[in-house]
Amino acid sequence: MALLEVTGLDASYGAIEALSGVSLRVEPGEIVAILGANGAGKTTLLRTLTGLHRAKAGTVLLDGQDITRRRAHDIVGMGFGHVPEGRRVFAALEVDGNLTMGGYQSRKEPAALAERRRQVYELFPRLAERQGQLAGTLSGGEQQMLAIGRALMNAPRFLALDEPSLGLSPLFTRNIFKIVRRIREQGTAVLLVEQNARQALRLADRGYVLETGRVALEGPAAELADDPRVKAAYLGGAPAEPSPRGPVASTSDNGGKGADGS
Amino acid sequence: MNDFLQYTLNGLTVGAFYALVALGYTMVYGIIRLLNFAHGDFFMVGAFLATGVLSLLTGSGLPSGLVVVVALVAATAAAAALGGVSARIVYLPLVKAPKLSLLVSALGLSLAVEYGTALSQGTGFRSVPHIGFLSAEHAIGLTDGVRLTYAQLGVIAVSLALMIGLYLYVTRTFTGTAMRVLAMDQDAARLMGVNVERTIMMTFIIGAGLAGTAGTMYALYYPQVNFLMGFLLGLRAFTAAVLGGIGNIPGAMVGGFLIGLLESYATGYVAGRWTDVVVFGVLIGVLVIRPSGILGERVAERV
Repeated sequence: MALLEVTGLDASYGAIEALSGVSLRVEPGEIVAILGANGAGKTTLLRTLTGLHRAKAGTVLLDGQDITRRRAHDIVGMGFGHVPEGRRVFAALEVDGNLTMGGYQSRKEPAALAERRRQVYELFPRLAERQGQLAGTLSGGEQQMLAIGRALMNAPRFLALDEPSLGLSPLFTRNIFKIVRRIREQGTAVLLVEQNARQALRLADRGYVLETGRVALEGPAAELADDPRVKAAYLGGAPAEPSPRGPVASTSDNGGKGADGS
Repeated sequence: MNDFLQYTLNGLTVGAFYALVALGYTMVYGIIRLLNFAHGDFFMVGAFLATGVLSLLTGSGLPSGLVVVVALVAATAAAAALGGVSARIVYLPLVKAPKLSLLVSALGLSLAVEYGTALSQGTGFRSVPHIGFLSAEHAIGLTDGVRLTYAQLGVIAVSLALMIGLYLYVTRTFTGTAMRVLAMDQDAARLMGVNVERTIMMTFIIGAGLAGTAGTMYALYYPQVNFLMGFLLGLRAFTAAVLGGIGNIPGAMVGGFLIGLLESYATGYVAGRWTDVVVFGVLIGVLVIRPSGILGERVAERV
């Protein structure tokens, strides 16, 4: 059974349709990438999955349990982690306090929390150095680490990441992607929303391409990366050059804009 | 000098009432950006309930200290319950509605509670049963002529204890921290697994409970109650919250005591009828210099 099974999901903002008939699945231990231009509905998809936005139709099953109409805090309590777009760390709280809040659902198990906190600081030594610092004073990359670490405090079985590389330097981006791989190795399935299509597909097992609220393409990551339509729209139209080092960040951005007009 | 000391003691006592009530305003504002018009009425309900309990129990042979404690606990619990129920039925359904709807429903609740009380209890002033050890002749004489009555001592001690307790609750416990992060970013709080609705309700319960305690002590101190007492005191308490920096808990405490002191000095050194002029004049002055209040954070825009 799939860990996450989404069938025919519809969502809208007032009269504006944001998602229509989205179906996808994530198997245990998988990394699945969601690609798409700005406004394709990627963030709405994640917000609807975690109950921050109301689904109009369709079902979402987490490990076979229907979570479509559950409230966000229940869904989080069932092991669904969501690192939101823009990181959303609690700026006026210290790094350590942010992690504490991440473990809110496990507040009655201080021993487990202490252990997870230790693991998070091990995964992000940089955060360990800044435990007492207010989260608002961290750099963007550090805030992204904190946002991920905070979600890990709840020991999620499933982790949705919304644009973790947004606004980060190439160095930080590589670092974050490395962390995502390690998270998967520890048994957590990952749903990765990214504009940085090239890197996302290199990391993911499978991928889906969203266009104006619908799944336009899906398949194994390697196949998507070779698909001429994906190349044209999201990989900057570059030929399938296997050169691993290129001006990655900017090309994917332009690709996104190109797809918007198509 | 003796006058000054006496005015200070009086001011701290009145300030304690303002501070306790201001806390409720500031906590609710911090968490859902609502100016809760009905908050002063939680104070009034506490005062009336305490009066009822006192009337029932004085003359029953119970020691008067116990009677006071029972009245305090009962009125606090009743006000807290009223706060929780009104959050559930009046405010929570409107959390996502435009802020103006929330404000109007707060106004409606306030009028309903006030005039409901007027209908059932009458519009006149009702006197509160006399409790021997709280009357003015029981006092600790400090330097010559300066007196701290037991009642004043009780008010200041109970308020300080509650404020310290509240501060520890908000900074040291999970639920208290949830309240603070909810004020920073509601969706992010949900993603941490915080039950936002329940946490908002808890905020109302605590704020209303503090107002209920203040109402009881007020009834015992002045000893009379009236259905509009919450409106008048609430206005000053709200001023205190703004003065301290709305949304900021230590700010509400500082603002409350400051307003109490100002009021007492103005009454003592100028004249009673100038009190409001002085108090609100200072408020305006402070806000011109520091628009976010004494302890208010300079508003950082969310990115």
